[in-house]
Amino acid sequence: MAQDRHNAQTKAQKARRLRDSVEWLVKNIFFLCGIVAVASVLFISVYLVISGLPAMLEIGVTDFLFGDTWDGKNGVYGILPFILTSFAGTGGAILIGVPVGVLTAMFLAKVANHRLAVVIRSAVSLLAGIPSVVYGLVGMVVLVPTVQKAFNLSSGANLLAAIVVLTVMILPSIINVAETALRAVPKEYEEASLALGATHTETIFRVSLPAARSGVATAIVLGVGRAIGEAMAIIMVSGNVANMPENLFTPVRFLTTAIASEMNYATVGSLWRESLFSIALVLFLFIMLINVALNLFVKNKKEG
Amino acid sequence: MNAILKTENLNLWYGQNHALKDINLEMPQNQVTALIGPSGCGKSTFLKTLDRMNDLVPTVKIEGKVLYRDQNIFDPQVDVTWLRRHVGMVFQKPNPFPMSIYDNIAYGPRTHGIRNKKQLDEIVEKSLRGAAIWDEVKDRLKKSALSLSGGQQQRICIARALAVEPDVLLMDEATSALDPISTSKIEDLIAELKKSYTIVIVTHNMQQATRVSDRCAFFLHGELVEADDTEKLFSVPKDKRTEDYITGRFG
Repeated sequence: MAQDRHNAQTKAQKARRLRDSVEWLVKNIFFLCGIVAVASVLFISVYLVISGLPAMLEIGVTDFLFGDTWDGKNGVYGILPFILTSFAGTGGAILIGVPVGVLTAMFLAKVANHRLAVVIRSAVSLLAGIPSVVYGLVGMVVLVPTVQKAFNLSSGANLLAAIVVLTVMILPSIINVAETALRAVPKEYEEASLALGATHTETIFRVSLPAARSGVATAIVLGVGRAIGEAMAIIMVSGNVANMPENLFTPVRFLTTAIASEMNYATVGSLWRESLFSIALVLFLFIMLINVALNLFVKNKKEG
Repeated sequence: MNAILKTENLNLWYGQNHALKDINLEMPQNQVTALIGPSGCGKSTFLKTLDRMNDLVPTVKIEGKVLYRDQNIFDPQVDVTWLRRHVGMVFQKPNPFPMSIYDNIAYGPRTHGIRNKKQLDEIVEKSLRGAAIWDEVKDRLKKSALSLSGGQQQRICIARALAVEPDVLLMDEATSALDPISTSKIEDLIAELKKSYTIVIVTHNMQQATRVSDRCAFFLHGELVEADDTEKLFSVPKDKRTEDYITGRFG
């Protein structure tokens, strides 16, 4: 009798011990998975600083950031053309993409009937799923010759072509985020506006859009992030020459495409190669800034 | 009796649901008409029909007439924004826009084309005074309207409705989300407002109906059972169902 009770007890104890160790194991697996992301970010940040900073210091930070000539092969490392091109390309894409994207979002959220909205929305998600190399390919084969003919240029691969491709690429994220924000506007606001004798259009622009402004701002920042980090699609349409972006028809090279196009040629261990890592560091800092801005907007949204 | 709003054989369906059945009701000028009845009796639906806010429901079908100053509001010639300017509405839940107090009140006038700053200032002050909240907010007109208490927000909404200088004010259970003190403030306000406006309120609260209304209409299952002077309706109801309701036998 006593023996049986003792056996039962040890059995229960064993079961509990097993359960506890499974709990412990699972918890630690979760933890490890969580660590992967954190560790990657830390590793990349540290690696970029270690590999990018020395070259920047050797060249001189001012000469590097504000030098207007880049000629890696011959030891001239000024990345101002790349920085300005990245700004111009991103700015141009935002300038066209934000109005188009936000208006599309307004249409989807407030105007379009259900069936039409479904069609447009699936087209938008399809657009988001197209690999960037395909954007580049189509841009190269269709857009570049069109730009060349339309403006009678010697080459259609230039800043304008890159802006057009970037614009199309950032549309899905702008549309999705802005539409979600507009849908979240309480319908009481819109009813109040209509009850005051405002039209549907006045209501959308003067009540719904301002009420969704933090979401729309988030959409814009996401678009900026996407555009400034893009390399594959624009390397194929931008001309890839280290020019200052003097006008829309200048063949240009972006921060991203400068790294991608020269990494294979620069000798390992040379200042040229190391300076490419410095470009990556600059790009990384820009993207960090954008993320900080994004977090601020998201935080404001939660509080407001 | 001069009826500013009048319905004639008004029928309304939401899809298959016959929500209003042959309603004939007159709402006299500078009086408060209260619509009472149990939940789902059609009183809110009726109220929303008066400024065509039911147009927003896709499955709605309406027959009969609503006459605003002898003009049928369903006439294709009638501009619905014109109607809603003249027949304002205050909602059950206070719904100020997420903007400053000033911009809330100025929203309507601006929408209707008033841009002059001085003129807007005057309208804002007059409307806020009209809604008995000027003294409480005059020093913080630039603050968000959402920072106010529920009762204050509702008076901001009333002020916002007054700013477009309507003729009729519809109030859909405008005090049901408020505490007793705020409620009594708004009831006092209604008594004041009826001097210049014609008011139609929906209320669940029969004491409120007796306190604020001149006329009262009892709705049940989409029908208008009885409409009369409030005093008469509550003291000598003609219909058995009205009597049952006001004595609390159901509802």
